[in-house]
Amino acid sequence: MLAARLFRRALPVLRQARSYADAASGAPQMSFTFASPTQVFFREASVKQVDVPTLTGVFGILPAHVPTLQVLRPGVVTVFNDDGSSAKYFVSSGSVTVNADSSVQLLAEEAVPLDQLDVTAARANLEKAQSELVGTADEAVRAEVQISIEANEAIVKALE
Amino acid sequence: MFARTSALVFSPQCGQVRNMATLKDITIRLKSIKNIQKITKSMKMVAAAKYARAEKQLKPARVYGTGALALYEKADIKAPEDKVAKHLIVGVTSDRGLCGAIHSGVAKTIKNEIANLTGSGKEVMVINVGDKLRGLLHRTHGKHILLNCKEVGRKPPNFSDASVIATELLTSGYEFDQGSVIFNRFRSVISYKTDQKPLFSNDTVSSSENMGVYDDIDADVLRNYQEFALVNVIYLALKESSTSEQSARMTAMDSASKNASEMIDKLTLTFNRTRQAVITKELIEIISGAAAL
Repeated sequence: MLAARLFRRALPVLRQARSYADAASGAPQMSFTFASPTQVFFREASVKQVDVPTLTGVFGILPAHVPTLQVLRPGVVTVFNDDGSSAKYFVSSGSVTVNADSSVQLLAEEAVPLDQLDVTAARANLEKAQSELVGTADEAVRAEVQISIEANEAIVKALE
Repeated sequence: MFARTSALVFSPQCGQVRNMATLKDITIRLKSIKNIQKITKSMKMVAAAKYARAEKQLKPARVYGTGALALYEKADIKAPEDKVAKHLIVGVTSDRGLCGAIHSGVAKTIKNEIANLTGSGKEVMVINVGDKLRGLLHRTHGKHILLNCKEVGRKPPNFSDASVIATELLTSGYEFDQGSVIFNRFRSVISYKTDQKPLFSNDTVSSSENMGVYDDIDADVLRNYQEFALVNVIYLALKESSTSEQSARMTAMDSASKNASEMIDKLTLTFNRTRQAVITKELIEIISGAAAL
């Protein structure tokens, strides 16, 4: 009975400590949505960190990141889950939005898990695109070929 | 006697006197309605298959589309009422009919919007995605039409279709301040609703007050982001519209088949009655002929 009384007195302290812990981790929870037009990879999921390749460089986004808008470049997106595991995806292009309430929307025009890409096919495409670039002089075609080169280079670099 | 013959001559034209339908007329009608019922049943099957596929593709498209619009909702971006002079409306339907009130719903909403906006002195231009919408709008609101898109609805829409539409819109040279996409949002197999999603111009977004919260955005990044968001909204509208259209066509063809089977039942009864009447007439003729001997 003494133990029970002690327990009862100790409990409120424990409860108080528990509520403090909730308040601290409640605010910066990242609600992460990662989708392509045909597939949803993450939908308002809670993750630890996301690395995205943008036109201005590779961003690491954590909960409570400052709000920003960015445009993606072909490259690898790495998602670090709460339990420590990570998943890599290759994205072609798109946009990423970090809002003030710590929600992140990563919308990619095309996104595939990295293990579905074949490095030999990527190298072959890269060589073909590079030879095409030398051959043409038309501006629009050159721009398309350069996009293809950039994407294939990124794939090859990601898979090596 | 003259008057009677002239009345007999005129009666088919005024159509109020109908002769008793012969067996052959009823048979022809019955056969044609049965054929029509076969056609509507098969159209319903086709629409059901297309609907199942469209609904499956709609799920990720919805997450994608709402993600694209999240910025505008969270930053609460609204076009300033006074400065907005040029409006853009993108109406999304398709090329094919026999799907209930799909096209007329969107056309009605667009006509109301045009009336409201021109009433308050604003300039409106419309982009038609789908031939049916063009047919409904070009007679009365022809001068508001900016672009027409054909060959919509035959195959399920994909992202490149949306990007073609967005590219044509951006290169058309019409600098709009505020816009909206009007489409049919899919709610369930039997219901859809005409809905609007907003489009904002680069100026509106960059001068909105909440945008200051967003860090380090230069004009180039914002322009690229806006273009991508535009394509995403159009993509969402295309997907929702195609799912609503297939479900509406399924429902419409189903009711058509049911109506046809009702007509077949009624006509079969009439046919049997007529057949019995013909037999009775023949018997009477025979019997009265025999009695006369």
